[in-house]
Amino acid sequence: MVHGEAWTLKEFFVYPNEYIYWSIQIVMYPFMTGLVAGAFVLSSLYHVFGVKQLKDIARFSLVFSFALLPVAMMPLMLHLQQPFRGIEVMMTPHFTSAIAAFGIVFSTYGMIVAGEIWFLYRKYFVDTANELRAKTERNIIDSARLVLYSVLTLGAWDISEHALEADERAVKRLASIGIPVACFLHGYAGFIFGSVKANALWMTPLMPVIFICSAVVSGIALCILTYVITMELRKIIYAWQRKNDPTLPTNEELKSVETHVVIMTCKYLVMFLVLAISLELLDLIFRTYTAVKSWDILRAVIYEKDFFKIFILQYGFGNLIPFIIFLAPGLTVKRAVLGTVMVLIGVFMMRWNVVIGGQAFSGSFSGFMEYIMPIIPHDEETFKEGLFGALLVIITPYVLFFGLSNVVPIFGTKDDAH
Amino acid sequence: MNRREFCKKGLLIAGGLAIPLSALELFNPARLLAEKADKSKTRWVFLVDTHKCVGCGFCVKACKTENEVPYDANVTRTWVERYVITKDGKAHVDSPKGARDGFQSSKLDQNHAGMLEIKEEDIAKAFFVPKLCNQCDNPPCVQVCPVGATYQTEDGVVLVDRKWCIGCGYCVMGCPYGVRFFHPVYHVAEKCNFCYHRISKGMKTTCVEVCPFGARKIGNLKDPNDPVTKVVMNERVNVLKEEYGTKPQVFYLGLTKEVK
Amino acid sequence: MKSHVWRPLYVALGIVAMILVLRMFIVPDDFGAHERGYMYGWHSKGNEAVWQKVSVKYKGGDSCKECHKDNYEDIKNSPHTDISCENCHGPRLEHPKDPIGLNIDRSRQLCLRCHLKLPYKASDRGTMKGINPDTHHPQEQCVLCHYPHNPTREAKK
Repeated sequence: MVHGEAWTLKEFFVYPNEYIYWSIQIVMYPFMTGLVAGAFVLSSLYHVFGVKQLKDIARFSLVFSFALLPVAMMPLMLHLQQPFRGIEVMMTPHFTSAIAAFGIVFSTYGMIVAGEIWFLYRKYFVDTANELRAKTERNIIDSARLVLYSVLTLGAWDISEHALEADERAVKRLASIGIPVACFLHGYAGFIFGSVKANALWMTPLMPVIFICSAVVSGIALCILTYVITMELRKIIYAWQRKNDPTLPTNEELKSVETHVVIMTCKYLVMFLVLAISLELLDLIFRTYTAVKSWDILRAVIYEKDFFKIFILQYGFGNLIPFIIFLAPGLTVKRAVLGTVMVLIGVFMMRWNVVIGGQAFSGSFSGFMEYIMPIIPHDEETFKEGLFGALLVIITPYVLFFGLSNVVPIFGTKDDAH
Repeated sequence: MNRREFCKKGLLIAGGLAIPLSALELFNPARLLAEKADKSKTRWVFLVDTHKCVGCGFCVKACKTENEVPYDANVTRTWVERYVITKDGKAHVDSPKGARDGFQSSKLDQNHAGMLEIKEEDIAKAFFVPKLCNQCDNPPCVQVCPVGATYQTEDGVVLVDRKWCIGCGYCVMGCPYGVRFFHPVYHVAEKCNFCYHRISKGMKTTCVEVCPFGARKIGNLKDPNDPVTKVVMNERVNVLKEEYGTKPQVFYLGLTKEVK
Repeated sequence: MKSHVWRPLYVALGIVAMILVLRMFIVPDDFGAHERGYMYGWHSKGNEAVWQKVSVKYKGGDSCKECHKDNYEDIKNSPHTDISCENCHGPRLEHPKDPIGLNIDRSRQLCLRCHLKLPYKASDRGTMKGINPDTHHPQEQCVLCHYPHNPTREAKK
C-alpha cells in the first residue's frame, strides 16, 4: 500500500496519486503549538502585565509550555517520511516555503521560553547546588544532581538583590518579546495552509488570522482549565499542610480568589471566541456569495459530508454552547470548566476540519476522499499516523512535565521572591 | 523606555524579521542580469493530442517500468483520464489504476461509489486525456519545498533530490495537478521528470516513444524548427488550470471545459 | 556584557554555531541557488547528474529489426505498424545478454487495451475496430485466431 492508501476512501473521480497525505499528526501539530503559545501568553500576562492573581499559575504554565515544546515537534517527526532528515530545515532552509521560516521561528520561541525559565529558576538552581555541595556525604544521586544543578546555573552564582532584580527584568523582556513571536508561530501555521493555491478550501488570506484567533482561544481556555485544576490541587495540598500551619488561607478564601479570576478570564475568552467565529463565518459567507468554480464541491463537503463535524461539533459544541454557558447569568467555576473543555474540543475540530476537510475533496473537483483514521495499528505507518500516534502525542507532555517537576519546583518554592 | 515603547519596538523588530529572504530575490541584480542573458538553449515542452489518444495505457505501463515505480503500487508518474459526457451535460470521469491496464470496461470506475454504466445512446461525446507533470515555469511545488529538495533545472525540468527530501508532503499538497506522490520504496516525493535520463541523451521520453498513436510529443521550445514548437506557436493549444498562474509547459490539443 | 543575563543568549549562539558546524559536514558543497535562482533553483547541483545517469530500459522498437527481421517486416507492413515492439514484449534492457529472452504477452487483456469496442465519437478510439469481450469468444486468448504482428492475416498455427 502506498502512503495514505490505508486510510483514504476515494469516491467518484480522484486523481490517481491523490490520497490523504496530511492526516491526524498534521491536525495535532497546530493544536499542540496553540497550547504552547497559550500557556506562554498566560505566564506573560503575569510577568508583563502584572496580573497578580495569576502569579501561581504563571510559573506552572511556563514550565508546562516548556514541556509542550518538544511535544509540538513530535507530530512532525511522526509524520515525516524521512524524520532523520528533519534537521535540514535548519541547514538549507528555503524561505519561500512557510515551513522553512517556521523552523526558525519555532527555535527562537523555544530559546525564549528556555531563557525565561532559566531566569525564573536560577536562584533555585544556585541554592540547590550550594545545598548539595555543603552536604558532607553524597550518594550517586546527590552527585548527579549536584552536577546537573551546577551546569544549569550556567556559571552565574551571584544571587544578590541586584542580580535577582536583573533576572526579573530579563523575564519581563523575554515575556514581552515572546508574545509577538507566539503570534508568528500561529500566523505561520495559518500561512502554511492559506497560501496553498492548489487547495480550494485552504486558500484564503483569512487563514493566518483565523489560526491566530483560535490559538488564542485554545490558550486562554487551557489556562482557565489548568488554573482551576491547579487551585483544586492547592486546596488539597493546603488542607494537608494546614495541620502544621493553621495560618494558611482556608478553602473559602482560596475559592473567592479563584472565582473572580476565572470569571475575569472568561470575559477575554468570550471576546476572542466572538472574533474567531466571526472570521470563520465571514469566510463561509464570502465563499457562498461568490460561488467560484470550487464552490460546488466545497458546498458538498461543508454542508453534506462534514456537516456534523463543522456545524454540530465545531460551531455548536465548540462555540455556541460555550457562549451560552459563559454569558448566562450566575457563572460558576464548574460551568466555566465545562465551557473551556468544550471550547478546546471545538478548537481541535477546527484544526481537523481545516486539515482533513481540505483533503476531503479531489483537486479535480469531481470526487471525494474520506479519512478513516487508523484505530488499531497493524504496522509502523498506521501507528504513527493513527489514533495511537495521536495518543502518544497527548500523553508525552504530561510525562515530560512530571520529569521537569522533579528538576524545578512548580507550585512555589520556600521563598517565593519571583 | 516604558513598557508601551518596548512593545512597539518589539513588534516592529519581530515584524521586520518575518520578511522572507526570498524578498531579496526580487531585487537581486545578479539574477536580473542572468535572466536577461538566459543562456540555456533548451526548454523542454510537451504536446498532447487528445483526439489521437485512445486510452490504451501503454504509456503508463512503460513509464512505470522505465522509471522503476513499482508496478502494483497505486501511484504513477503519468496517467490517462477517460471523459464520458452524457446528453444531460454531466461529465463522468475515471482513471482505473491510472489506465495502467488501459480501460478494460465500458463501465466507469467510480472507486467506492462502484462501477457506473452509461448507455451508448446517452453518450454525447467521450475522449481520453493523458496527464503528466507540467514542468511549470512557476512551479508551486518548488516554491513550497522547505529544504531545497525539489528544484528546476536550467532546461525547465523539475526534479526531486531523493537524498535530500524529508518527506513532508508540502510539494504534493502544493501541486494543483495532482502529479506528485510519495515513492513507495524510497519514501520521498516523486513525479514525472520527462525521463530526464533519456532526453539528456537525445532520446525521447518513454511515453512518447511507446505511444502508437502519436498522442504524445516532446520538443524544445527554444528551437523554432522543432515540430512541437511549431504546433504550440501556430495552432490553437491550451493548458491545464491556467488560472493558477503556474505557467505549465504541457500543451493540449482538443482540451475542452470538461477536463478537470 | 559582564552581567549574567546574557548567558542564555550565549547558549543560544552556541547552538547556532553547532548547527553551522554540522552544516559543513552534512550539506553537499554544491548546494546553492543555481540557474533558476533562490525560489526555483535552490538545490545540490550534483543531483542533476544523478538523474541523468538512470539506466535506460526501453530502447525503441527499431533496435529489434537486426535480429528479428521477419517479425519486424511483418508488423511494419500491417495496421499495427505504429505499435512499438516493447509495448507487447516489454523493455529490451540488455537483451540478448540480459534478459536472454523477452516476455511474449499472449493475454486477452493486452489486446483489449485498444480493441475493446468503445463508442466514443470525439476520440479516435471511436473509429477503432473492437469487440464486446462478453460476447466475442469470452475468456479466450485473441492470438488463437489472430496474428498480432499482422492482424489482417490469420493466426499462425
